[in-house]
Amino acid sequence: MSHIQIDNLTKIYVGRRTQPRTMHDPEEHSGDNVLVLNNINLAFEEGEMVCILGPSGCGKSTLLRIIAGFEAPTYGTVKVGGRKVRGPSDQSIFVFQHSGLYPWMTVYENVGLGLRHIDDEEDKHSRIQEHVEMVELEGFEHYYPHQLSGGMQRRAELARAIAVNPDLLIMDEPFSGLDFLTHMKMREEVVNMHEFLRKTTLVVTHDIDDALIMGDRIVVLSGRPSAIKLVHVLDFPRPRNFEKDPGLSRLRSEIFLMLGVPYAV
Amino acid sequence: MDDDGKPTLKETPLYERETGNRFVRSGLLSFLSIVVIWELLARASGWSVHVFPDPWAVILSFIELLRDGTLVRHTVASLYRVTVGFYLAVLLGVPLGICLGRNLTARSFLNPVIHFLRPISPLAWIPLAMLWFGIGDPPAIFLIFLASFFPMVVGTTIAVQNINPTFFQVAANFRFSRRETLTRLILPAIMPEVITALRMTVTIAWLVVVAAEMIAVQSGLGYLILDARNALRMDFVMNGMIVIGLIGLMLDGIMKRLGQVESSQWGRHER
Ligand SMILES: Nc1ncnc2c1ncn2[C@@H]1O[C@H](COP(=O)(O)OP(=O)(O)O)[C@@H](O)[C@H]1O
Ligand SMILES: [Mg+2]
Repeated sequence: MSHIQIDNLTKIYVGRRTQPRTMHDPEEHSGDNVLVLNNINLAFEEGEMVCILGPSGCGKSTLLRIIAGFEAPTYGTVKVGGRKVRGPSDQSIFVFQHSGLYPWMTVYENVGLGLRHIDDEEDKHSRIQEHVEMVELEGFEHYYPHQLSGGMQRRAELARAIAVNPDLLIMDEPFSGLDFLTHMKMREEVVNMHEFLRKTTLVVTHDIDDALIMGDRIVVLSGRPSAIKLVHVLDFPRPRNFEKDPGLSRLRSEIFLMLGVPYAV
Repeated sequence: MDDDGKPTLKETPLYERETGNRFVRSGLLSFLSIVVIWELLARASGWSVHVFPDPWAVILSFIELLRDGTLVRHTVASLYRVTVGFYLAVLLGVPLGICLGRNLTARSFLNPVIHFLRPISPLAWIPLAMLWFGIGDPPAIFLIFLASFFPMVVGTTIAVQNINPTFFQVAANFRFSRRETLTRLILPAIMPEVITALRMTVTIAWLVVVAAEMIAVQSGLGYLILDARNALRMDFVMNGMIVIGLIGLMLDGIMKRLGQVESSQWGRHER
């Protein structure tokens, strides 16, 4: 059975002024109602790295928030590990598009958030330290987020998420706002982390190359209201390289075309 | 920066230290010039020392009041009332502000009342305060409470509403209990803004205590000034004013220190 099963998922944001009790026609998005996701069906396997692509504003974040349990679907069901998602859980940790680190806590305290129930102080300390080291932030344990660079903040948040040992890791545009080199390094880090831990990971990105380099599977969404344009399993060997792999390169041009850019520059 | 190129935590930038010294120097200088102008005005006016006392006369009577303990006694009385009224306002106002900030129903119900009561000067409550609480400390404390309570409630409410909603999703994700949401998220998140509110409010409370003491009590700096006026001792009036100013500076300084506590420092870099 698939780890994540999404059936007939539809999301409509109801405007504040008009709040009809019943919605007879999900297609309808007149008035202040916004149809964001339209009848999405997806299934992801255990341990997969899934990259979700789509134009800005198409509902990628909304999809992730529903999977994480922060929002309820209007229609349809989302199951994680065979169980229907009913609310946020520490089994599905979300890494936020803009930093979700608590600015009043040090790196050490932030990473320790998911480990706060461990009574054995030694054990807790060593596990926090282990995760801090995993993202190469040793020496920065007692820094506050504002004292770190953007890339370091992302890594700290990643460490905080992984420290909980969740079944599912959800990342919303984890590389946005990073400079080119930091972006590349961070991408490599996420791929290595995934190779090592083999956790089901969902990554939203608007960068086609990110998706093709990282993903075990890619999902391309259309503009709003979002429907699925393409689901493709990528079984290209790693490390991936567009020049050496004509298949990958062809897929890349195809997706560029699909998203409305005829020539891949 | 240290050798590893990591920023060090507790370094004070050089320019901050220098401007700090400059503030102290120019502060002293401006006080000195005021005293000089005061002296010149007192001489030029030709008024008697009972109407417009010169600095020297005020200094002499200041020493006199300090020696016989009058000044200390009245200052303690005023500080006591401010402390009690202010603490009460903070202890009730901050929790209420947190409730209002988190709860839309409570907010829509109570906010109109709070915003109606807030602009009414605490001094307008004087007749009612005296009727309800008689004379002595209670009516004065009540007035200070009123003056501090509303700004604390409003400041805290706004601070809670300003918390980044993402942080609440993080709390849900990490399965915070209600108590943890309060202690690990809400309280630290609002700390910088609450401290700003405290700083502004303590100034208001200090303004009000002097006025309150002019009506209902037989002690305190407000009473000292009123009593000195009745005795036509303008030098004592000025002594009272000077002490009020100094204590005001001190209270503000304490609140400023509070703002420099490390856990509230993050607020300086966010937003
Ligand atoms: N809470 C909300 N209420 C109403 N509309 C929303 C809400 N959240 C998102 N939307 C709308 O849903 C659409 C998709 O948003 P989002 O999922 O953030 O897009 P993406 O992450 O793909 O850029 C946007 O048009 C946005 O305006
Ligand atoms: Mg988004």
